[in-house]
Amino acid sequence: MSGLFSFHGGLKTVRHKTESNREAIRASVLPQRLTVPLRQHIGAIAKPLVQAGDRVLKGQMIGQPDGYISAAVHAPTSGVVKAVDQRPVPHPSGLPDWCVTIDSDGEERWIAREPVDYRRLHPSALRNLLRNAGVVGLGGAAFPSAVKLNLSGHCERLETLILNGAECEPWITCDDRIMRERAAEIVAGLHVMVHLLEPREVLIGIEDDKPEAIAAMTAACAGTGYAVRAVPTRYPSGSVKQLVRLLTGKETPVDSLPVDVGVQCFNVATAYTVHRAVECGEPVISRIVTIAGHVNQPRNIESLLGAPFAGLVAQCGGYRDGVERLIMGGPMMGFALHSDEVPVTKATNCVLAAGAAELAPEQPVMPCIRCGACVEVCPADLLPQQLYWHARAKEFDKAQDYHLFSCIECGCCSYVCPSRIPLVQYYRYAKNEIWAQEKEKQKAELARQRHQARQERLEREKQEREAKLRQKAPPRAEPNAEKPSIETAVARAKAAPAPSLATAAGTGQQTD
Amino acid sequence: MFVAVIALGVLAGASGLLLGFAAVRFRVEGDPIVEKIDAILPQTQCGQCGFAGCRPYAEAIAAGEADINQCPPGGEGGIAALAELLGRDPKPLNPENGAEKPKMVAVIDEQNCIGCTLCIQACPVDAILGAAKHMHTVIARECTGCELCLAPCPVDCIQMVPVAQTIATWKWTYPVVDAKTGSPAEASVA
Ligand code: SF4
Ligand code: SF4
Ligand code: SF4
Ligand code: SF4
Repeated sequence: MSGLFSFHGGLKTVRHKTESNREAIRASVLPQRLTVPLRQHIGAIAKPLVQAGDRVLKGQMIGQPDGYISAAVHAPTSGVVKAVDQRPVPHPSGLPDWCVTIDSDGEERWIAREPVDYRRLHPSALRNLLRNAGVVGLGGAAFPSAVKLNLSGHCERLETLILNGAECEPWITCDDRIMRERAAEIVAGLHVMVHLLEPREVLIGIEDDKPEAIAAMTAACAGTGYAVRAVPTRYPSGSVKQLVRLLTGKETPVDSLPVDVGVQCFNVATAYTVHRAVECGEPVISRIVTIAGHVNQPRNIESLLGAPFAGLVAQCGGYRDGVERLIMGGPMMGFALHSDEVPVTKATNCVLAAGAAELAPEQPVMPCIRCGACVEVCPADLLPQQLYWHARAKEFDKAQDYHLFSCIECGCCSYVCPSRIPLVQYYRYAKNEIWAQEKEKQKAELARQRHQARQERLEREKQEREAKLRQKAPPRAEPNAEKPSIETAVARAKAAPAPSLATAAGTGQQTD
Repeated sequence: MFVAVIALGVLAGASGLLLGFAAVRFRVEGDPIVEKIDAILPQTQCGQCGFAGCRPYAEAIAAGEADINQCPPGGEGGIAALAELLGRDPKPLNPENGAEKPKMVAVIDEQNCIGCTLCIQACPVDAILGAAKHMHTVIARECTGCELCLAPCPVDCIQMVPVAQTIATWKWTYPVVDAKTGSPAEASVA
């Protein structure tokens, strides 16, 4: 039994949970048109399996996983494929991405759903099932779960399996609601994960501001040996490494994953979809989204993937006056959207219509006064002002020396900075630059190799041409003194008819 | 049968020799400084530096026969890296060699291509595919944007187009902090 540990730093944020968590999850109305992105997960974009004009059934695979780290995408309802092309998606860039657009026929006709008994399935077959059901982490990162359900190469034996129900972002309540309403299904999914990972202990971490969720999960876990742990309400307790630290006391080293220290962590909603995929034969075609902020009735909606944000907002009574910005994800880690016509994806945990009151008042950015407030709150134990210094000066090597890549972009440092420096923006910029430079390097290396291969090929062709010419012309009496014998030997070797050549080459090749 | 064995043996011998020869002829000199310089150069193989590719330029720099500011694709960043490696002061790009440009790739207008194969012969990294009298096409992923295929094309059907930005290549930009309002684009919550 492990007690409760704590992590360094973090924040007490102003909570806005009760605005959206009082009402039960509502099913979304069926939109007339769905735009389903083929890239809703971390990893390679799914390969489209349909084209314009195809009829699809609800739950039919329309995008195939491409590579190990990838996930399938399915038709959220039955209808006709209108297009497979690039459309606006929720992304900070505002750039379009590949989507399958489906016009609903309103009939919601399912594929044949076949539940399986996971205890009889080989682990790799079970993982494959989850991959083909499009199961990814629903906490926001959308990492393919099948990959995380395979321990090979990380640790011999899993110590702890953690189910993450912390939900520390101040506005988001979708995990709270799913734990209250569907605890039994979450635990059923957890059984499947336990079957695959065989951990020594199973812990469920929930922030202590969610007593109803804690009660529901505790009841559902009765008799299973899984332990529900209330963790203090302190942002970012729901961040993986911080939650691992809270529940097990284990520190995940820089550049490692929790699984390397024998801990694996999944979101509660992910466990729910694992259950649906295995025991109901239903792939991931919907998710629960918190609509919060400046809307008339903030609430949680179970939305089909591909449904436009605007439709969800309409189901919450529309916008209230004074919306300044639409944010996907929470205010701390989320990003601003360019439009509300973008579709819900597996990563959409929250749509926040932020008004002036929710956004920090705009104040001038001042120079860093080295007050150290950012260091105090950094949950990753970094030195944010040093990172800022180097990122700003584009000294990427030095930023990496200060463990830039351990930064989880939680935003605590920006939040407390008295000089209002947009610190996280500098870190994102620096990380992206480093990745881009790395990619450039790889491209350059490929070009170098291709160039060299070409040079060699040209030289070879030249040799062959010369050899042919020499064969046609009568051989000169005396080999050229400057030409090393090896070159002429090669030429002759190429030119001479086979049987006599071996001797001509004179390298002791077998001739008999 | 006997003949076949001999023929194969001979073939093996001949290609062995050829390989051996190639190894001698193309042996990378193993001069570590040339390697290090070459690793910094962008490998566009465009020849704008005045040499027949990045490696010859690297060799010339190492031999003190060329300055460090002659590679336009490498740009400011490349010059800075060379300066640091060689312990010299960075200097601006020599305008005689060209200007730093955004990254482009070649695209062949396949309607107008007459299949003359001249561009294939010009491409330093074999990024163009095609056969005589058939339409040619550029493998965008492997094109370095060197522009060497433009001039030889008799019907001017090759164009350089900027590399389109996609979600996969998009980057967060350097934070622009407005001096007056100081408003970062970030959503931070009070
Ligand atoms: S909180 Fe802001 S002002 Fe204080 S040290 Fe950190 S970056 Fe500098
Ligand atoms: S954003 Fe990064 S540097 Fe800032 S507090 Fe969070 S982990 Fe630390
Ligand atoms: S100018 Fe072109 S050929 Fe010369 S080093 Fe730069 S990329 Fe290579
Ligand atoms: S040089 Fe121009 S016409 Fe000739 S093959 Fe290339 S693209 Fe076609």
